[in-house]
Amino acid sequence: MIVLEKRPQPSKAWSYATPLVAVLATMVFGGILFTILGKNPIEAIGTIFWEPLFGEFAFYYRPQLLVKGAPLVLIAIGLSLGFRAGIWNIGAEGQYIMGAIFGAGAGLAFYPIDAFYVFPIMVLAGAFGGWLWASIPAFLKVRFGTNEILVSLMLVYVAEQMLASVSLGLLKNPEGFGFPGSRNLQSYDAAHNAELISGSGMHWGVVTALIAVIFAYVLLNRHMLGFHIRLTGEAPRAAKFAGVNPARLILFCLGLSGALAGLAGMFEVSGPSGVVSIDFNVGYGFTAIIVAFLGRLHPVGILLAGGLMALTYIGGEIAQSQLGLPAAAIQVFQGMLLFFLLAFDLLTNYRIRAARSEVA
Amino acid sequence: MKFKSLLASAAMALGLASGAMAEDKTKVGFVYVGPVGDGGWTYEHNKGRLAVEEHFGDKVETVFVESVPEGPDAERVMTQMALEGADLIFTTSFGYMDPTINVAQKFPDVKFEHATGYKTADNVSVYSARFYEGRAVQGHIAGKMTESNIIGYIGSYPIPEVIRGINSAYIHAKKVNPDVEFKIIWAYTWFDPAKEADAASVLIEQGADVILQHTDSTAPQAAAQEAGNVITFGQASDMSEYAPMPRVSSIIDNWAPYYIARTQAVMDGSWATANTWDGIGPGMVEIGEISDAVPADIKEEALAMTAALADGSYHPFTGPLKKQDGSDWLADGETADDGTLAGMNFYVEGLEGEIPQ
Repeated sequence: MIVLEKRPQPSKAWSYATPLVAVLATMVFGGILFTILGKNPIEAIGTIFWEPLFGEFAFYYRPQLLVKGAPLVLIAIGLSLGFRAGIWNIGAEGQYIMGAIFGAGAGLAFYPIDAFYVFPIMVLAGAFGGWLWASIPAFLKVRFGTNEILVSLMLVYVAEQMLASVSLGLLKNPEGFGFPGSRNLQSYDAAHNAELISGSGMHWGVVTALIAVIFAYVLLNRHMLGFHIRLTGEAPRAAKFAGVNPARLILFCLGLSGALAGLAGMFEVSGPSGVVSIDFNVGYGFTAIIVAFLGRLHPVGILLAGGLMALTYIGGEIAQSQLGLPAAAIQVFQGMLLFFLLAFDLLTNYRIRAARSEVA
Repeated sequence: MKFKSLLASAAMALGLASGAMAEDKTKVGFVYVGPVGDGGWTYEHNKGRLAVEEHFGDKVETVFVESVPEGPDAERVMTQMALEGADLIFTTSFGYMDPTINVAQKFPDVKFEHATGYKTADNVSVYSARFYEGRAVQGHIAGKMTESNIIGYIGSYPIPEVIRGINSAYIHAKKVNPDVEFKIIWAYTWFDPAKEADAASVLIEQGADVILQHTDSTAPQAAAQEAGNVITFGQASDMSEYAPMPRVSSIIDNWAPYYIARTQAVMDGSWATANTWDGIGPGMVEIGEISDAVPADIKEEALAMTAALADGSYHPFTGPLKKQDGSDWLADGETADDGTLAGMNFYVEGLEGEIPQ
């Protein structure tokens, strides 16, 4: 007989070990999956994790890791602050979309003026768009006590409709022969979020993501507000006695995570993507939830988790084209990662013990 | 600039290396928007890929990546294929247009073929099929067969290609059935079985007994089958597993001859930028077998129309035709020019509703 026993204190060792164990378990079970599909598991796993970092074309893939990882990290950092305080923003995808619409809209309003102030205005507009979209569930929760999980999630679908609408109407490229999608911001220099150093993958979104990591770290460890966030999540009653204003905290956490998601969308639309199109969003806002938990809601952990997620995406594509692995197998592989993480997370709060048989 | 030259030199080094190693093996890449098992659009492109493999045997190597989102991810997948030595890359969705152009600039020695777009370059060709010819046949059968006089249409995105299909189907349904009415739902996806099934159910609930789809999955077929007494048409692929009912016919995209010809051109060194738009005549569009659920006389008319479309004696957009707002478009006997068709952003007279803006 095996029983689970609650630990008096969450295990520190396990909380650090869980992500690593989860990655290892994913590799083992992913390997089994690939074997069943008739592929060499060592080769497949090697392709996914090794090829992008050290393979023949790593000079191209390494910068791509930054491009793919930056929006994940930026969004996940914002989400983690709320998650820590027990405020669940599930609608980052919608805030990401709104950031892109606002940012690109601001930029295109100036088209074709080539001025230094265009891009900063776009950055502000992008952050504002995301903040606005996240403030709706925040306001409704504070004012009417609605559930922010549902409201923020539902607003994703509203945002998707707005995206379709502006791609077909307001922001449609007048020179696009009637096809949906905006002008390409990559060919509008003043609005283009170009690589800061050519070939490095470093664009302003990557820089902002790194700043966000540092900012979140300092906030959580050195600032009163960070203390309040942690306290609210860990001991809500104590937080009340410590004078935490829950309404203000909700507005702050949701608003900030929205603004960061909006920034991510704005940097994406003005840089790697270039166009506001109906299919602009590819799920960064949802994947960032996985990244936040994979990184244990810790800023540095999130940075590493974002890199890992980006690695599985890029490595997964390489495995598809080189080994002929189906896309669905890669998605299962990614899903396993979250599954095992949550499964092994149990060991942080519980320990497994063999129960004495004579008792039974 | 530095990055471009880095990529270019890498590509060149690779080109030299692979040229030395496998001089006679041409590498062809395919980028797919859906899964190869979608049973529709991507399935047919993948059949084209397999046909290339079968035709050239050892002389060719093909690679593909499926379910690639339109945007930066597509750009990365194309770059990856080019880096790994692809000589020819087919990018098979409209949304891959700008990424294709971007990557093509970095790899001037690699040939690119973009489906359904309009931007070309020295090493980028575009190709598409005149699906609207097939829609004319569908419209004819639908107009004759409907009893409720309501025809449901699942649109993907309101782009010219889809609007052309709606117009063509409507014109030919109306011609044989003046009371016919079109209900159009925009799904904003190429492939999402759940959304497509929902759209089909809603249309059926609103009284439609014919469902036309411009999305790629077989979900609407399944929804129609469940409802019973509703007819559908296979889209992009034959979808014959739903014959004879609800699927009574289909439009099949046959990319294989084109893919084989273009691969051959790369091998010969005769590849040149082209803008290909082929229909039933050259065989890029095929009409799937008309099932026994269609009465013999209607079937005969449909086959006659197919033959006329194939030999060019009939054009689906032949005047007199008016636009939705009542303004004149085509005079009696006049046919639409390709430019107008390529950018079509208006409904013809009689269609209700607005194209989403």
